[in-house]
Amino acid sequence: MSALSTTLTRPALLTFTMPIVAVLGACFGFVTGNIFGQPWIGFLVGAVIGAALTFVLAQVPQISRWKATWGTSAAFGAAGLVFGGAGGLVGGTVVGLCLGWFAAWIGSGQYRAGVPIYYTAGQTLWHNAFLFIAGLVFFFLVAPLVPVMWLSFNADDFFTFTPEMLAFKAEGYSLKHYRNFFSGGGEPVKGLLFGSVIGAALGAALQLLPDAERSFGKIIVLAIIGALIGVVVGKMWGLAGAEWMTPLKNSLIIAPFATLISVSLGTLAAIGLSQSHVPFRQWIMAIMISPMIVPLIISATGMFFFYAPLGNWLEANLGLSQSFVGYVKVILAHAVLGVPFVIITVTATLVGFDNSLTRAAANMGANPVTTFFRVQMPLILPGVISGGLFAFITSFDEVVVVLFVGSAQQQTLPWQMFTGLREQISPTILAAATILVTISILLLTTVELLRRRSERLRGLSPG
Amino acid sequence: MRKLHIVSAVSTLGLMAGLAHAGGHMASDMTLVSWGGAYQQSQINAYTDPYVAMNSGVTVTWDESSAEAVAKLRAMNEAGNITWDVVDVVAADALRLCDEGLAMEIDANDQLAAAPDGTSAEDDFGDLLVGDCFIPQIVYSTTFGYRTDMVPAGAEAPNDICDVFDLETYPGMRALEKRPINNVEWALLCDGVAKADVYDVLATEEGQEQALAKLDTIKDSVIWWSAGADTPQLLADGEIFMGSTYNGRLFAAIEEQGQPIGMMWDAQVFDLDGWIIPEGLSDERKARALDFVYFATDTQRLADQAKYISYGPARLSSAPLVGQHASLGIDMAPHMPTDPNNAANTFLYNYEFWADYRDDIDAKFQAWLAQ
Repeated sequence: MSALSTTLTRPALLTFTMPIVAVLGACFGFVTGNIFGQPWIGFLVGAVIGAALTFVLAQVPQISRWKATWGTSAAFGAAGLVFGGAGGLVGGTVVGLCLGWFAAWIGSGQYRAGVPIYYTAGQTLWHNAFLFIAGLVFFFLVAPLVPVMWLSFNADDFFTFTPEMLAFKAEGYSLKHYRNFFSGGGEPVKGLLFGSVIGAALGAALQLLPDAERSFGKIIVLAIIGALIGVVVGKMWGLAGAEWMTPLKNSLIIAPFATLISVSLGTLAAIGLSQSHVPFRQWIMAIMISPMIVPLIISATGMFFFYAPLGNWLEANLGLSQSFVGYVKVILAHAVLGVPFVIITVTATLVGFDNSLTRAAANMGANPVTTFFRVQMPLILPGVISGGLFAFITSFDEVVVVLFVGSAQQQTLPWQMFTGLREQISPTILAAATILVTISILLLTTVELLRRRSERLRGLSPG
Repeated sequence: MRKLHIVSAVSTLGLMAGLAHAGGHMASDMTLVSWGGAYQQSQINAYTDPYVAMNSGVTVTWDESSAEAVAKLRAMNEAGNITWDVVDVVAADALRLCDEGLAMEIDANDQLAAAPDGTSAEDDFGDLLVGDCFIPQIVYSTTFGYRTDMVPAGAEAPNDICDVFDLETYPGMRALEKRPINNVEWALLCDGVAKADVYDVLATEEGQEQALAKLDTIKDSVIWWSAGADTPQLLADGEIFMGSTYNGRLFAAIEEQGQPIGMMWDAQVFDLDGWIIPEGLSDERKARALDFVYFATDTQRLADQAKYISYGPARLSSAPLVGQHASLGIDMAPHMPTDPNNAANTFLYNYEFWADYRDDIDAKFQAWLAQ
């Protein structure tokens, strides 16, 4: 391919590059003109600017595409700054970036770089249109998050882009919604110190085990993990009635326990159902999966009437407190919702599992429990972990069941977001959403990096 | 390996025991139900913070579920598991809950505080003690706010309820609540019906048609809201020119958030909001709930709430104690819906009429909305 792309030629300026870039410029001009109430004047001006830009770039064919792109962006940004202040600077930079990149891309003939040299104009157009559509899909998936994150720094108490925000003035922005989110709660600093010390001590103790590999890195990693857990636990310690920290704490209590139960039960169920001698396998499977298919509101109503007498019985006969029983009810209900995910992912990994391995283990004298933990579990672990992640997210994101089964003492984060959105429309919800998105991204990135690292260490992939 | 499992099992058990202990003392937990937002914050500041300061060891959990209090209490009652201790509801809901036996009957003189001058609680609350279960807290009103910067040039700021229906002078979107109550009264009032006859007319089939026909004239310019926070948000966005909502929400948007919004008090509709205690609590919890309500509805506490939000206290004896806003330092009296300047033309929510006609007019209204 690279041999072919060296023969790129610059297309005709007047009949090809100029009209195309002018059209894009006209589109940008139309949008910009709309802001000032003059869309069609903007359209014309935009077309002229687009055409002029291609003309200028055509005079300096020797500079690289990236220099052309950033140069245009800087020029447009400067023009925006002169005419529209800070808001104009950002708008101009973005528009300049798009238009400059596009003009350089079209003008240098680079648009044919990705296709074989024998492609017709129509095929090339489709190739690039396809890439464009793919980019658009990506854009529509991610773009809705941008205003959420942006608005979370609003200085106002409304979901409104104020003129100050749009002009990028400092007084339009504040961190008060983040302060509001984190308000209340105990001693994160103490928790950090305790957690890191305990983590480091645990790491050091592990070094003393007879068959441990000696490594200083492990102590550091455990100390960091301990510090992270310590911050969270310290912050949650002795917490009562904080608007956002209490729901977060409830979510962090409920989701791990529900995940633990779903993973244990779901894995066992999947292993059982993969045995060919189990009768009515399809039917049992269908029933186990049903919480995923039955509308949530119906499951939730059923669970409400199912768990209420159970809770009353626990309170009356075992003397447990109302709030403890409430947690048990929500954890059990969420575990039921998480089980199907675990069953599905573990069943999928079991398809590739070779049953002669368990027979070999038995042949060597291992009992079924040892066989399960030493032979089967390590091989199906990826399925178990991804099922567990799904179960965790299901519980962490769940609002309908907890509204029915739980009481206010088990108010989870989604519950708080739901009622907050309905009753007060406060941007603190946006701050919470931004924090959750950031944590999810960090978590998934870490898991992916660790996975790659372990694959590399095990020699499964070259790099 | 086995050792590790035993360790983890033991630690799990220990954790569960710890959880059980943490929620141990029953009567010290109290779940209050309210509406969220600035209103709930005013209750926290005026009622629960001082209450917890006086009764250390009491923990208060808030549930923002007043909007669906009736449905949820019915379900809880059916399941035999009441998780709420004190519930903030509007008077109409309190009457329904009382009729259905879901709320506890209250003897005002016996179970509520007397005024400082010795006036009995019954006389101090006066007419506001509607039904046998309702413990009044505040008088609020549903009224209109408008964008001051969107008033058309040359026109006066809207000051008449019929300006809502005047699309020529005041073009732009309006926000009205997605239910017939208040809207049909306003429509009839602006369709030539005298204020005294509104409910007589509304009781007839033709009267209901007439009200909907009047609303039809602005239907295309109306955004229908269902939560009290909707209208302030829409006003702040400039998506509507004017809209109805609770006066305290508008006060917060104007004075605390500094939004360019004005109040139009004409034909505001007064309503009551207060506490009920659910029927079927254990004795310990009932005692705690009654103790809290006794404290939270005394003269000083009701006056304190008005420092944080512009709703009128329900006791006559609280009115003279209403002072300045806690953080803004402005006089609260002129912002009260009951202030003489604001209360020139008012309605009181008609409990008897709406108890009889609500289902019928609701159905017609919803059908009209869907057309």
